[in-house]
Amino acid sequence: MRIHRVRGVAALATVASLVSLSTLAACSKSDETSSGGKVTITVEGWRPGDEQATIDTVKKQAQLFMDTHPDIIVKPVEWQWTAETFATQLAGNTLPTSFRVPFTDTKGLAERKQIADVTQYVEALPYATDFNPDVLAAAKGTDGKIYGLPSDVYGVGLHYNRALFEQAGLDPDSPPTTWDEVRADAKQIADTTGQAGYVQMTVNNTGGWMLTTLTYALGGRMESEDGTEATIDNPGTAEGLQMLHDMRWTDDSMGKNTGYEWTPINEAFAAGKIGMYMSGSDVFNALTTTNQIDPDTYGLAALPLADSPEAGILGGGSVNAVSAKATPDQQEAAIAWADFYRVQKLYNEDAAILDAKTLIAADQPVGTPTLPEFDEATYKKTQQWIAPYVNVPLAQMSSFVDRIFSQHLISEPPSKTQEVYGLLDSVVQKVLTDENADIPSLLSDADSQAQKLLDAS
Amino acid sequence: MKTPATARLPLPTRIRGSAGSVVFLLPMLLVFGLFSWWPIVRSMIMSVQMTNLVTPAEFVGLDNFRAVLDDPLLGTAIQNTAWFALLALVFGYPVPLLMAVVMSDVRRARGLYALLAYLPVVVPPAVAVLLWRFFYDASDTGVFNTILGWVGLGPVPWLESSTMAMPSLVIEATWAAAGGTVIIYLAALVSVPPELYDAAEVDGAGILRKVWHVTMPHLRGIMLITLILQIIGTAQVFLEPYLFTDGGPDNATLTVLLLVYNYAFANTTGGDYGKATALSLMLALTLAVLSAVYFRATRRWSE
Repeated sequence: MRIHRVRGVAALATVASLVSLSTLAACSKSDETSSGGKVTITVEGWRPGDEQATIDTVKKQAQLFMDTHPDIIVKPVEWQWTAETFATQLAGNTLPTSFRVPFTDTKGLAERKQIADVTQYVEALPYATDFNPDVLAAAKGTDGKIYGLPSDVYGVGLHYNRALFEQAGLDPDSPPTTWDEVRADAKQIADTTGQAGYVQMTVNNTGGWMLTTLTYALGGRMESEDGTEATIDNPGTAEGLQMLHDMRWTDDSMGKNTGYEWTPINEAFAAGKIGMYMSGSDVFNALTTTNQIDPDTYGLAALPLADSPEAGILGGGSVNAVSAKATPDQQEAAIAWADFYRVQKLYNEDAAILDAKTLIAADQPVGTPTLPEFDEATYKKTQQWIAPYVNVPLAQMSSFVDRIFSQHLISEPPSKTQEVYGLLDSVVQKVLTDENADIPSLLSDADSQAQKLLDAS
Repeated sequence: MKTPATARLPLPTRIRGSAGSVVFLLPMLLVFGLFSWWPIVRSMIMSVQMTNLVTPAEFVGLDNFRAVLDDPLLGTAIQNTAWFALLALVFGYPVPLLMAVVMSDVRRARGLYALLAYLPVVVPPAVAVLLWRFFYDASDTGVFNTILGWVGLGPVPWLESSTMAMPSLVIEATWAAAGGTVIIYLAALVSVPPELYDAAEVDGAGILRKVWHVTMPHLRGIMLITLILQIIGTAQVFLEPYLFTDGGPDNATLTVLLLVYNYAFANTTGGDYGKATALSLMLALTLAVLSAVYFRATRRWSE
C-alpha cells in the first residue's frame, strides 16, 4: 500500500510536470480554400484596442479594393505582430494571409520557411525596380528571394510632450538638439513636473533596439557591415550607457519604473507621464488611433547626433509578408492587397489622394512623417499630393521633417538582429536597475556572447 | 448497453463489469488522451526534431539537448528557479500552516476566515499579477512605497532591482497560493481527535506544546505531500516572472520554464520547439526523479 502510494504520487508529480509540455504541441492542419473562382484572403486590419473609426476605415479600404479586384475577397481581421503567437497561429491556421513583420524578423522567418517566397509577384509590380535598395534588401531572405512587400519605412525620432515642456519652463518649439540638452531638459522636466523626463524601452528586445539607436546616434555600431563581427564593445555604446546611468542615478530624471516596451511606453507617453522617448517616426499613428493622445501635446524632433561622420539615425520598417500556408492564388492576392493598401499611395497620385480622402473622412491621421520607400524625389511628390489633406500637426514635427534627409540613415544590425537585441536588453536593464553596474565589463560580456551567436550562423 | 440481464443486477455490480467501466471511462480517456497524453508524446518526439510546425520535421538526435546544455542562460535559469523555490519554502511553506493552525483554534466564524484566506486563489492569476504590479510601483507614490513611507521606510525598488525582484515575486506567489494549502491543512486538522487536545490540556500543555505534540504528528503525512507539491510547483514557476518582469532585470528572474517559453515563443530565440521540448523533458525527468527520491527518503516519517 505504502509503495503503491509512493508510486502514485511520483506518477502524479511526473504528470504535473509534463503538463507544461502539452501547451507546446497542440496544432491542427487544414487549408484555406478558394471557391467559385474567387480567392479569399484574411489580412491584418487593425490593432487590438483600436477605435471603431480605424476599424471602419480598414473595412472601407477592403471594399474599395474588392471593387477593383472582383476575383478577390478580402477579410480584414484584428492582428498585431507578436513573436509569441506567430508560429502557433501559422500552424493552427489562424494567421492572416497578409500581415506585417518588422524588417528585423524577415530573414529568420524566411529561413524557417514560415513565410512565403513571393518574388515573382513583387517583381511583377510596376515599381519593382524603383525601390530604395536598402528597403528592398530588408524584404529579402539570405537566399536572395523576396519574402514580402516592404512598407512603413521609418527613422527613429525623439518624441516629446509639449505640455510637460511648457510646465517645466522649456520652449516646446525648440526641442533639444544635443544629448547634453536632452539630459538637461529631462532633469528640468523631472524636477519641476515630477514626471519622468526621459524614458527608454528595455524589455522584449526593444531595449536592444533602442540601445542600438542610441549607439548609432553617438557614432557606434553593434556589428560589422557584413554581420560577421560583433562590435558591441564600442565607445558609442559605452557613452550612451553612461549617459543613461547618469540620468537614472545622478539626475533621477528617468522615473523609477524602467520595464517599458513599445505598447506600455506609448500608453505612458499618451497619458502625459513621459517627457521624451525614442521610437519610430510614425508612432504618432498608433498614439492617436490606439492611445487617443491629445495632438496638441505631441512634438517630434530629429534625434540629436554626435559630431562624428559615423553618427546616424536608425531606420527600419515593415515587410508585408504572406503566410507560408497560402496557396499561390492567395499569395498573389495578398501582394495585390499590400500593394493597394500600403505601397501604391507612395507611388501613384490617384492612389495617394484616394487613400488620404478615405483616411480623413474617418478622422484618421494623414501625413505622419515616414521615410522614402523609393527615392527622395518620389517621396517629396507624394507629400505634395497629400498636402491638402494632412491633418497631423506637422508644424509640431518640423524639427524632424526638416532635418531627416540631411541625416545619415543606418539599417539595423544585419545578422541575428533580434538575438543580439535580446542580449542588449539585459545590458540596459542592468544599467538602469543597478547603480554600480560595471559598464565596460557588461559590454565585453555582451560582445563575446554576440560573437558566439554570429559565429554559429 | 442496458440489456435486461445487466439491468437486473444491482448498480455496483454493473459498474464493476469491465464493459461498463470502459464506457464510463471513455470520455475521460478521450479528453485526457487528446489534450494531455498525446501532446506529451508529441513533445517527446519534438525534442529530437527540428520543426517549424509547418514543413515536415527533421530528426536531429540529441542536438536539441546538447544545445540546451550549452546555453549559458540555463545555469542562470536553474539558479533563479532554485532561489525562487527556496524563498517560497522559507516564506510560503510555514505561512499556510500557521494560518490553518490559528484558524482551527478560532471558535466562531471559522468559515469566514477560510473564505478570506481562500479568496486570492479565486482571483484569476493574470489579474492578480496586474494588480500587484500596481502595488509594486517603484516610485514614491506606489501603493506599497506609500505605506512604507508612513513609517519612514523605503522607497523599495520592488521589481526594479536584481536583488529585490525575486523576493517580490515570491511574496505575490505566496499570497496567491496560500489559500489552497490552508484549506488542505484545515481539513486535516479537523481529523485530529479533540480528546487528544483535552488530554494535553489536562496535562498542562499550552498552545505551542499542543501544536507540537498533537497537531504536528497528525499533519506530518499531509505536510510531506504539500511540501513535494510545492517543490514541483515552484520548480515550474512561470506566470510571475513572465507577467511581472519578463525574466528581468538582467535575467534576475529568468526561470527554467520561462526559458522553455522563450525558446519556443519569444523574439530572442523564438521558434525553437526542439530546444523548448528538450528542456521541458529534462525538467520533467528531474522532478520525477526528485519526487521518487523524496518519497523513498521520507517513507519512514509518513508511516
